[in-house]
Amino acid sequence: MKILAAIKQVPARDSHLRADATGRWIDESELHFEINEPDAYALEEALQLREKHGGEVVALCAGPARCRQSIREALAKGADRAIHIEEDRVAALDALGVAKLLAAAAKTENPDLILTGLQSDDMGYGQTGVIMAELLGLPHSTIIMSVEAGAGSIRVKRELEEGWFQHIEMPLPAALTIQSGINKLRYATLMGIKKARTKEIKQMAPADLGGLGAAAASIERVETPRKTKRTQIFEGDAKSAAARLVEKLRFEARVL
Amino acid sequence: MKILAVLEQQSGAWRRMSWETLAAAQEMAVAMGAEVEAAVAGWGIANLAAEAATKQASRVWAVEHALLKDYTADGYTAAFEALLGRIQPELTLLPHTYQTRDFAPKLATRFERVLISDAIAARVENGAPVFTRQLFQGKMTAEVRPRGAGPHFASLQAGAWRAEALKPGAARVETFEPPLQASEIRQKPEAPFRESGRVVDLSAASKIVSVGRGIGEKERIGIAEELARALGAELAASRPICDAGWLPMERQVGSSGQTVSPQLYVAVGISGAIQHLVGMKGSKTIVAINKDKDAPIFEAADYGIVGDLFEVVPALVEEIVKSRC
Repeated sequence: MKILAAIKQVPARDSHLRADATGRWIDESELHFEINEPDAYALEEALQLREKHGGEVVALCAGPARCRQSIREALAKGADRAIHIEEDRVAALDALGVAKLLAAAAKTENPDLILTGLQSDDMGYGQTGVIMAELLGLPHSTIIMSVEAGAGSIRVKRELEEGWFQHIEMPLPAALTIQSGINKLRYATLMGIKKARTKEIKQMAPADLGGLGAAAASIERVETPRKTKRTQIFEGDAKSAAARLVEKLRFEARVL
Repeated sequence: MKILAVLEQQSGAWRRMSWETLAAAQEMAVAMGAEVEAAVAGWGIANLAAEAATKQASRVWAVEHALLKDYTADGYTAAFEALLGRIQPELTLLPHTYQTRDFAPKLATRFERVLISDAIAARVENGAPVFTRQLFQGKMTAEVRPRGAGPHFASLQAGAWRAEALKPGAARVETFEPPLQASEIRQKPEAPFRESGRVVDLSAASKIVSVGRGIGEKERIGIAEELARALGAELAASRPICDAGWLPMERQVGSSGQTVSPQLYVAVGISGAIQHLVGMKGSKTIVAINKDKDAPIFEAADYGIVGDLFEVVPALVEEIVKSRC
């Protein structure tokens, strides 16, 4: 089975974020980046399916040159090779614009299965995998918690709201968006890191993939959320903050 | 100009968020000078369409087909593609549910458009909508403008619009039978189920201590457990903690776990991603303890302590015990 795992590089989870000078995106100058967590689970699922059924895992990533680090990490964890669509303006593209690039690159590979995370921790559109499926004419399902591969088809467990689930069967090739927690993430081994250095990373540019189309939506402005609720914040040392909080909980909120 | 509100039903029961979506459509229609139409899809849903018709709208569409009895992404996409072709709405609004997330991006792609997903607010500027949505798990917000001609698409976050604002009325009901073929529906869905052995009913708890990523490692959950014991509270967690297997899934609060509304909710090391907030924002008193002063959880909280939870939580336990003496 040939599996394509689409991964995105996003600012590290504990990053301190502020708008840049244009006010249309964040200042990236001092940020660290990592693989979007749901995508890490998608990659892991791809690796586990390959271990069970044989085949190949190709990691696919669109973004600036810095994404090479995340691509190397995917290769070190066990992806066989990778495709990097190098483009600095990915953050300015809408979900359709990015998915078009990814789908065009996926088409050159003809995979049996495309896996990606259910959403990104930066944009949070939650659409890339679904749009790729539509552009490629593939069946899809979203928010997947398990994948059983059969001959020419898959049966997946889709998460619904409030603790409900549902099994869905569909023919291959197909595309799935993977929920965090579907599996246990592996760490790259030293051997893996060494091997990754020799693995192929195919460089592509939007021009090779039909170019960047007109935007269907654009971000006009980003900002830190305005406070709408009056939150009483206690600062200072832990002991005095705790003492003041307990007093408030007893005499103001009356919940103790 | 028309705004279409897509209403959602499951097994003949409304998803409550549908009314928030219709209320949003009514509100935006005033500002855009548009008419509101509503649509619900399924099989044997005439009674639901009739109920929706008691709200202010020009028409309610019952999108009926035997192949829409069980939800599938392929079936719903084809059905709404046909409906949109018929009524040509400028803007289509949907509730941001798991079902919408499954088919609406596909539907928008059919029209070479993009879904503006999980919007928390909207305004109308020169007759055109501009939506506000969250980025970076709620740490930033962005204003997003649809480009080019319609149809445009947006899904609306749970609780961002008020169902109470819904205006009553008398809409005309029309049945629309989309031209669906069984062969174009590739997903074969089975009956929904719940994992057995769900023994913890957090919704009945009057106090909850909930632990998040900030706890760092499994061995340290004991710190939060002690706080729960001191308060006489149930222990719960945000999704990443349950994903990691540090606490069982049945203790998860949030959109994929339980929805709770205790008297007191103490969030320990939880940043407050929307998926968590929807599960607990109905709590009477919310306390947040987090080292990141920008964490969105502080926006939901009544009281907050910015600091190292490994110092704050033991101090809190001590103060609680002391207050009882």
